[in-house]
Amino acid sequence: MTETVRAWRHIPQRYNLIGSKCLQCGKVFFPKRILCPECRRKGKLEEINLSGKGKILTYSVIETPTDEFKDIAPYVVAIVELEEGAKVTTQIVDYDIEKIEIGKEVEMVFRKIREAGDDGVISYGFKFRIKD
Amino acid sequence: MSGIVGYGVYIPSYRIKVEEIARVWGDNPKAISRGLVVDEKSVPGADEDTATISVEAARNALKRAMIDPQKIGAVYVGSESHPYAVKPTSTIVAEAVEASPDMTAADLEFACKAGTAGMQICMGLVDSGTIEYGLAVGADTAQGAPGDALEYTASAGGAAYIIGGKNTIANFEETYSYTTDTPDFYRREGQPYPRHGGRFTGEPAYFKHVLSAAKGLMERLGKNASDFDHVVFHQPNGKFYLRAAKKLGFNNEQAKTGLLTPVIGNTYSGATPLGLAAILDIAQPGDKILAVSYGSGAGSDAFSLEVTDLIEKNRNAAPKVKDMIKKKTYVDYAVYAKYKGKLRMA
Repeated sequence: MTETVRAWRHIPQRYNLIGSKCLQCGKVFFPKRILCPECRRKGKLEEINLSGKGKILTYSVIETPTDEFKDIAPYVVAIVELEEGAKVTTQIVDYDIEKIEIGKEVEMVFRKIREAGDDGVISYGFKFRIKD
Repeated sequence: MSGIVGYGVYIPSYRIKVEEIARVWGDNPKAISRGLVVDEKSVPGADEDTATISVEAARNALKRAMIDPQKIGAVYVGSESHPYAVKPTSTIVAEAVEASPDMTAADLEFACKAGTAGMQICMGLVDSGTIEYGLAVGADTAQGAPGDALEYTASAGGAAYIIGGKNTIANFEETYSYTTDTPDFYRREGQPYPRHGGRFTGEPAYFKHVLSAAKGLMERLGKNASDFDHVVFHQPNGKFYLRAAKKLGFNNEQAKTGLLTPVIGNTYSGATPLGLAAILDIAQPGDKILAVSYGSGAGSDAFSLEVTDLIEKNRNAAPKVKDMIKKKTYVDYAVYAKYKGKLRMA
């Protein structure tokens, strides 16, 4: 059941990019934190719906995937800097890998992340695509 | 009666041409293309399924509706390709648009008409005052067995409708359904591909139900074909659609906007909702629309709608059908087979 519980626990952050923001210093965290590392006990964190818009900070092309990602290889994994300042590690989908560039504007899409085998739970969540 | 507060669509960006499928099976591509009136079809990416298509369409519908998703009281997803045999797609959609938990939800299946069935349920719940808004989605990643005629058309896509009582962009005037027990197309439990009755899917199935539902609705309203500005039917292929329009007395001008199968294939539960969305993309205030779905097994839901003055307000808040059709990458049969999971992996 580990896969099921993990998939369920990640639903808010993976479906809707819910992070946290420190009301004291304004810093945004993703995944969400319960304590601001800067403000410590003076900080106050609240949940924030991130916009899902950002740009590619850096990326890597995965040419040699593990077996379960064979059907989508080669694929791009990027670190995307969101408008709010937080950074997320994510796949970039539906794009010609040869044309991927640092700095390109991206937006969140909803995709299948992985399946726990043919009879296991399906995990869904965010991936990103290049903005038109 | 209730109406549409917002609508949204999603069509995967991959396409395969009829010529490419015909090349693999040794068919004559020109004869197939001419016979079915289909040139190419959409293909879902390896990480796309009915749940992801439904979520994208629902999020686009919310962009146009501009309502608080917490006010959605019911979510229905109609499809014949739900990712799970047991476990609702609708809860995934509800969670992804932040409509849960104060709501009801269920998955529907009625071959290609489960999406419009969801719309009817939402209309009833809104009209009775049970809910403020309802979300109905029709989406599919349709399956056609390798080498079967269905493979030329079975595609992927979906559309979502938020039904409510105020600030509507189009109002329902009437709905009427025609339903019988007709086994023209079916998929047994545990089977990967459906079976169909070949020619039997025509006259006693598609035409009987589509024409009866359309005629039944028009009789109830005392209207005929010339009273509508636009018409859309279920579209397993382009040929059936055009013939149904002609038999009911509609001209090409009324029928052309809703016909998408030639360029994206048959999106099954998404087909009539997507065709209706293409009409709403260009409709003017006061336009009257007739929409008739068809689901094998078999039944048709017919709707008469009138477009309101609010149609243009948020029209550009989400991608139009035309935008989604334009964005495309062609794949060959091998990549298509991989994306559709038709290959047995080690």
